[in-house]
Amino acid sequence: MGFSTPSPKILTSRYHLEDSFTLPVAMKAGAYAVAREVIGKKSPESIRDEVKKGNLRGRGGAGFPAGVKWGFLNPRPGQQVYLVVNGDESEPGTFKDRTILERDPHRLVEGILISCYAIGAHKAFVYIRGELRFGQLRLEKAIEEARARGFVGPRPFGVDYPIDIVVHSGAGAYICGEETALLNSLEGRRGEPRIKPPFPAVEGAFRQPTIVNNLETIATIPGLVEMGGEAFAALGLVPGDGGTRLYGVSGHVARPGVYEAPAGLPLRELIYELGGGLLDANRQLKAVIPGGSSTPVLRPDRLVKASDPQHPLHAWDGKSEIDVPMAVDLFRALGTMLGTCCATVIDDSVNMVEVTRNLMRFYRHESCGQCTPCREGTGWLVDVLDQIAEGRGKPSDVDLLVEIANNMMGNTICAFADGTAMPLLGMVRQFEEEFRAAVAAGRPLDVRHDTTTRAAFQGGNR
Amino acid sequence: MAFALTPEREKQAVALLERYPEKRAALLPLLWLCQRQHGYISEEIVAWVAERLELSTAEVKGVVTFYTMFFDHPVGEHVIWVCRTLACELRGAKAVQEHLEKRLGCKAGETSADGRFTLLKAECLASCGTAPMVQIDDLYYENLTAEKLDRILDEVAASGPFYDREARERFEADRRGEG
Ligand SMILES: Cc1cc2nc3c(=O)[nH]c(=O)nc-3n(C[C@H](O)[C@H](O)[C@H](O)COP(=O)(O)O)c2cc1C
Ligand code: SF4
Ligand code: FES
Repeated sequence: MGFSTPSPKILTSRYHLEDSFTLPVAMKAGAYAVAREVIGKKSPESIRDEVKKGNLRGRGGAGFPAGVKWGFLNPRPGQQVYLVVNGDESEPGTFKDRTILERDPHRLVEGILISCYAIGAHKAFVYIRGELRFGQLRLEKAIEEARARGFVGPRPFGVDYPIDIVVHSGAGAYICGEETALLNSLEGRRGEPRIKPPFPAVEGAFRQPTIVNNLETIATIPGLVEMGGEAFAALGLVPGDGGTRLYGVSGHVARPGVYEAPAGLPLRELIYELGGGLLDANRQLKAVIPGGSSTPVLRPDRLVKASDPQHPLHAWDGKSEIDVPMAVDLFRALGTMLGTCCATVIDDSVNMVEVTRNLMRFYRHESCGQCTPCREGTGWLVDVLDQIAEGRGKPSDVDLLVEIANNMMGNTICAFADGTAMPLLGMVRQFEEEFRAAVAAGRPLDVRHDTTTRAAFQGGNR
Repeated sequence: MAFALTPEREKQAVALLERYPEKRAALLPLLWLCQRQHGYISEEIVAWVAERLELSTAEVKGVVTFYTMFFDHPVGEHVIWVCRTLACELRGAKAVQEHLEKRLGCKAGETSADGRFTLLKAECLASCGTAPMVQIDDLYYENLTAEKLDRILDEVAASGPFYDREARERFEADRRGEG
């Protein structure tokens, strides 16, 4: 297979090794070398500088530059800085952080050690969703191994800079991925988001200044620091997005999975090269949800409109939406979001009203209920979609969906409501004709999502 | 009888309390220890945990009910979660659920008549690339076919209940890692 984009392996360089999750194997392949080289030997500021230069965009969904976030810390004397690693990984369609926990937990531990040193923290909490027990056990074991060698504890690598790492298990609640809900859950409370400000960097875990980063973001730190910020930034295929990252691809593709590639990979390459193309070659690619369920859907048959040379997408004017590189700012300009960089691929066996209903049920189930527009809105969206899917929809229902979603936006404590409304609006905008047709038909849609795959399940030919 | 942790778990509980700057933060891990021992969070456990962490029983209950993985009522010996979110749905999750309902003789949300299995629907379990999948107790079973699922269920049915399974689970976890 010739890939058009060369893919240096950094995060996944040890994935293929037998027993890659054990300390001896990981160390033989370089684990902890960077931490040993920098902790107590380089200044924390110089490490923070490299991270800034590296254009490392947060891997948790919002794509905020990690170096800039770290710069928000300004602890008062006597305050304790915490690092909190977000391993909640619950955004539908997202399954990348889990591979780090299971296949190379020592990379995460090394990333935590370097990051703690760089931001002035002595304690890190790793919050992992409760379902990922296997990954939790792997990480706990890795921390034990690293502690036995003295890497974690009072004197990492013989340097007087104590670092402790605590693994904290969630217990099933998507909203705990939102950073302030996560902090409440860490503190033993219901996982309800907090009103911001104060932001975690000012008042976070246990009311102390806290940096919350996605698990992949932190696991990226050793590789970034090893090669230096400039070299890391240069790995990205477009300006502003540095390094390599984990891409996920699932749904109707031949080779679903997690692949490492440079930031800025075109979605088309993710689907047709890394993902091996469509699962059923006789079908057409209909839609792609680019980075988790909260990111508005893209249509391969829609062309980018950016004739103005000043437009950030001008270079892709007239090309398919899936030809745009997967980069934080370019995807925002496209009217969607890069999110977690894990794409869900949908072929033409599927009805988009049903897809929307499936996702909106998720949001109804997961709303924490604190804000009325979110609590009620998520329920109404499902009610209206039920009506349409069951053949009892009215023409005005399509507009009603849009109205409900618009009323949810910007009116709530956390971004969950926007993350529900945006993909809903995206679905209606991109596939309006299908919503209108479902209403006009006036009978139950009666389609399954698994036309392409049910036979494989029954026949066992997998 | 009042609730108590086994001596081994009691040691873990004491260690837990030292990990956090505030006592209350040990609530979720403590509830996990209790549920792994008892199968669900009973009224006695709520009272025991509340006393231990100096919280009101209402606060503890409020937390228990917030999280889907904590059960406030008895469940089957094994809990099966079928992921029904989009990526799994596209790869046959509905067929998985139908297969399980037929085999267990109960619907999603119910426990089989012999009390051995509780079948529940789950939201995306971060396993979309290996869909369709189920979680049984603490482990994931992925890339399912009807045949594979039957084989797994036979194995699980032959094993002890969830709360006896921590050792087995480690074993299985490491065996899976080799594959
Ligand atoms: C509803 C909601 C769910 C979220 N879920 C996750 C998650 O599962 N994992 C994650 O890393 N970030 C999640 N985030 C983003 C976090 O709030 C936070 O921005 C992120 O952990 C910061 O890490 P990063 O800057 O390294 O990306 C979520 C945000 C929202 C609003
Ligand atoms: S927006 Fe929704 S999820 Fe976020 S705090 Fe409000 S009710 Fe909870
Ligand atoms: S949709 Fe089932 S694991 Fe993600």
